[in-house]
Amino acid sequence: MRYLPKSPSERQEMLEAIGTKSISELFQSIPEKFRLNAPLSLPGPLSEPEIIQYFQARAAENSRGYTSFLGAGVYSHVRSVVTDALVQRGEFLTSYTPYQAEFAQGTLTAIFEFQTLMCQLTGQEVANASMYDGSTALTEAVLMAERITGRHRVLVARSVHPEYRHVLQTYAKNLGIEIEEVGYTESGQLDRAALKKESFKQAAAIVVQSPNFFGVIEQLPALAEAAHASGALLVTGIAEAVSLGILRPPGDADIVAMEGQSFGISPSYGGPYVGVIATRNQFVRQMPGRLAGQTTDAEGHRGFVLTLATREQHIRREKATSNICTNEALFALVATIHLSLLGKEGLREQALQNLAKARFAQAELEKIPGVRRVFSGPSFNEFVLEFPRSVKMVNQDLLREKIIGPFALGTHYPELTKRALVCVTETTPRAEIERLAAAIRKILERPV
Amino acid sequence: MYPKDYRYTKEHEWIKVDGGNGTIGITDYAQHELGDVVFVEMPKVGTQLEARQSFGTIESVKAVSEIFSPVAGEVIETNPALADTPEQINKDPHGAAWLIKVRLADSKEVSTLMDAAAYEAYISDKAKEHSA
Repeated sequence: MRYLPKSPSERQEMLEAIGTKSISELFQSIPEKFRLNAPLSLPGPLSEPEIIQYFQARAAENSRGYTSFLGAGVYSHVRSVVTDALVQRGEFLTSYTPYQAEFAQGTLTAIFEFQTLMCQLTGQEVANASMYDGSTALTEAVLMAERITGRHRVLVARSVHPEYRHVLQTYAKNLGIEIEEVGYTESGQLDRAALKKESFKQAAAIVVQSPNFFGVIEQLPALAEAAHASGALLVTGIAEAVSLGILRPPGDADIVAMEGQSFGISPSYGGPYVGVIATRNQFVRQMPGRLAGQTTDAEGHRGFVLTLATREQHIRREKATSNICTNEALFALVATIHLSLLGKEGLREQALQNLAKARFAQAELEKIPGVRRVFSGPSFNEFVLEFPRSVKMVNQDLLREKIIGPFALGTHYPELTKRALVCVTETTPRAEIERLAAAIRKILERPV
Repeated sequence: MYPKDYRYTKEHEWIKVDGGNGTIGITDYAQHELGDVVFVEMPKVGTQLEARQSFGTIESVKAVSEIFSPVAGEVIETNPALADTPEQINKDPHGAAWLIKVRLADSKEVSTLMDAAAYEAYISDKAKEHSA
């Protein structure tokens, strides 16, 4: 948005135009005790050279030269400068959500392309214009399942990202949705035997993530069958979208909720990212958020509209399918441009590199005495290792070697202390993997 | 226009009673106000409804509206034709485009609703309000 400065005399002119004497007069309707009677406590203005100096100093605080083996929901992947150059065009960067939809044909075209790509990747029939992130997409998918089935209990795999489950619990708390967690087996996959429990029969959905938080790929066709046999839906979350480059699209799922960060969005400080929700055509009216559709205008030209907007809150108010009204249009655009640059072959090659490097890392690390693999199920670019001592302690030593170590699973799973979730992507050079293995070997050889 | 043997609500639903059962739809006035209907969301057979309880929604190109049951009862049938041809509601709202059939909880309850003459007077008052 543009910064529009105004001088004191311009302010006075505007006040006169509306018939008020001062700015404080505008706030008369706010009771005295709630009014701020002093200027905001902000630092004073800076000159241009001072501002440049300030930001250079902040930039110098960034850590450089570190190699990261941390994933756990956020992934370092290749990004092209082309993406940044395109999304920074003012037409995209400064435009707000298309409330005057048909006027914004460029934005609608981009959203339509995004939706098409997401359908192709997830094997689903319809995807919306995007959600905030993976966790809110997963939560909205659960609310959808509740509306579709009329049931209020959901079964959530413990191997779903702990923060996604946290967001779901926050939403569910006051909506009368009961959440039951389902454990995992030694393969790291959902414990299907536990689904036979009587209390699970009336579930709206089985909620899994694949690859799950342990990096293990779930058996979606079997889970879909189990869900459908009891009248429930299968909701599948995806945190690492690059996995779709080689995995079978999750077409067995009834609703797919995905985090799109891996598609060209830099990890930043943990956001903003972009969520994806995709489903079957038959459930489109229960899908939250906006949807761009293709149409033909009065002159027979191809054009785009926002369709099914009657379900949204600016029309249906409290009865809207969801209170999400905006979307992550700019980040959906990043993902769209990124995927267009990569292409089908590029995405596949990227996924294969992730797989190959993760396999190599796993083999190197398993050679270290006292280190062993924890789960037997198939994995993509993350895997879990057991260390003979605290992962957090090992990580402290690794930091001194300029290595950001693996995620300590004990943070969220008390039963998984000393277990490390290692992430290796195509951005990790082979030499750095070898350096990690050597560093861990040295750390573990030292007495505690 | 408005069948003499039907009863009507202020929310523009009609009910036709046949023994212990009732057929429910929306009125011609309602379909006209909604505009082109594109989707109807129906309740499940077996659903128990209270009088004036919402049992579904009708989506037109302009809005999504709730449909309310004129009486208490159990849903015994929903109109299967409306899933594929919701536009029937605009063409034949008092006939082919009925929405649901219910088993009445109380057969005397319908007598509290408006008859055709009262309903016509009600909507002509509404029309005057609009033009005023």
